Amino acid sequence: MTEPRPAPPPLLPNQKLRRQILRSVAMGTAVVGASLLGFFPVLRKWIPRLRPPGALAEHEFLAACIKCGQCVQVCPVKAIHLGDIDEGYGLGVPHIVARNQACDFSCDVVQCVLACPTGALSHTLNRKEDVHMGLARLARPEACLARQGVGFKGQARGPAYKGIHRYVEVDRWKPIRVADHPYDLPLCDLCVRECPIKDAIALAPLSADPADKRRTPVVTSACVGCGMCEMICPAEPAAIVVDIRRQRGNAS
Amino acid sequence: MKLLDSLRIMLGAAPVRPTAYTEAAAAIHEAKRRVKGAERARAIKATHSETRKNTWRNRRWAVLIAVNLLFVVSYRFDVQLVEGALTASRVIGFHFADLNSALQVMLAFKHVLVNLVIGTGTVLFLWWLFGGRSFCSWVCPYHLLAELAEKIHLKLAAKRLVVDYPLHRGTRTVLYLVFAALAAISGFTVYESISPTGILSRALIYGPGLALIWVGALLAYEVLFIRRMWCRYICPVGLTYGIVGAVSPVQVTYNLENCLHEGDCRKVCLVPHVLECTKKSYAADVDLPIGADCTRCGLCVDACPTGSLRFRVKGLDKLL
Repeated sequence: MTEPRPAPPPLLPNQKLRRQILRSVAMGTAVVGASLLGFFPVLRKWIPRLRPPGALAEHEFLAACIKCGQCVQVCPVKAIHLGDIDEGYGLGVPHIVARNQACDFSCDVVQCVLACPTGALSHTLNRKEDVHMGLARLARPEACLARQGVGFKGQARGPAYKGIHRYVEVDRWKPIRVADHPYDLPLCDLCVRECPIKDAIALAPLSADPADKRRTPVVTSACVGCGMCEMICPAEPAAIVVDIRRQRGNAS
Repeated sequence: MKLLDSLRIMLGAAPVRPTAYTEAAAAIHEAKRRVKGAERARAIKATHSETRKNTWRNRRWAVLIAVNLLFVVSYRFDVQLVEGALTASRVIGFHFADLNSALQVMLAFKHVLVNLVIGTGTVLFLWWLFGGRSFCSWVCPYHLLAELAEKIHLKLAAKRLVVDYPLHRGTRTVLYLVFAALAAISGFTVYESISPTGILSRALIYGPGLALIWVGALLAYEVLFIRRMWCRYICPVGLTYGIVGAVSPVQVTYNLENCLHEGDCRKVCLVPHVLECTKKSYAADVDLPIGADCTRCGLCVDACPTGSLRFRVKGLDKLL
């Protein structure tokens, strides 16, 4: 038989209060600590994101966005997605994954900007030509079909590709699947053909020889960085990509 | 003075027993004192033999689910009645902005945004009218999940498998200031990255994500350690709406006369400090509105065996 252990003496009221306050301080610190973890993804920029048209500079954009997703709801091509918790303070903030579904300005005037209740997508913007999301760049010239002087026949991104695009000649108001719109081109000019901005990209001859079919895409300063060229490029991975703008006028 | 007390208690002060009573209240207290223990116990038992109602809880859950579904359906079927999420939305075209989210944005962005001022104006009016923290219990999706977690916690606690470790209620006030300061200093909407309200609302409308792990962890913690931790001790959204609802016409009111002081209301309440007046000899008057922190969830109204706690719309009874 062992001696039964005496019960601990009941806590005095002020001891109880002291423990409660210590617990509260510990828990409060833990919650604030958890909220501060959001700094890492933001400051280390470990998930660079292409923001929707009209987005303010990144830090201001994260501050001004109220994380409601109204921009997501109005986009006719469903290009906009909201960030997850691995983006820290980018949680609930919209971005576009151009390769999967680019913004092709199907909405004509920037609907996402009009939908934004805070001006995180700046309300001063009302023409697609004034958008500055990024700048297109020929990242893999060796993969570019035009540079090889080759044509393109078939579905730009294969039969399984789910992305949609507005083909004005098919239906002015309704975007259709890229897979439902096969091409037959003697020389691949998809990035130029489908670019929604006038004079943003053109094909230039690679040599002075007029018999030489080879062309190279040349991006001009009119490029707004919508990512349509990245989306439509049939090379895998895309030969042309959009560099995300960090500050106005300083892409790449 | 009454309002100040109610605000003080909401911010974390402990409620105190009144020192002065109105004449009518003093007479009732005295009459109750004369009733002997056995008689009182019989009275309590008799009133409790009736089946327990869940009227207000069911109404509230129906509203909560309907409001959140309206956001989902509106987007999925492109009805455009309610666009956005709980942080900010357009309701048939009118801007609505959650007060706390709007505050975080303005502190971080350091601009007064016209749409947000309009949006917060409508929301301020709406929740002043409906009772401030009624946002919590009638709309917030986390509240519903936390209520279910609380049920599990109480079941486990009854079997002595878990113990509630309550925090000091002042924690929420301190955290409110900390999150406001963090937004202003860092220029990021820091609180939004951990807000279960926003995370759940967006998950419902735009699809689930990793952020739900955080919400799940919070719920698990509430089951195992601290009963209703987030809603009681942490959430700044609740405190914001509490301040809005401090002078709201929609209230739960307490009537001293038939109260048996058995305390069933305080057992079900999210914020039992507002029901301190239901303790024996704690009511300074016969009719009392209960404090600003009340979420108007109606659990106490359902639980009360004597009908001493009721919903009341200030001014409406005079009108009728």
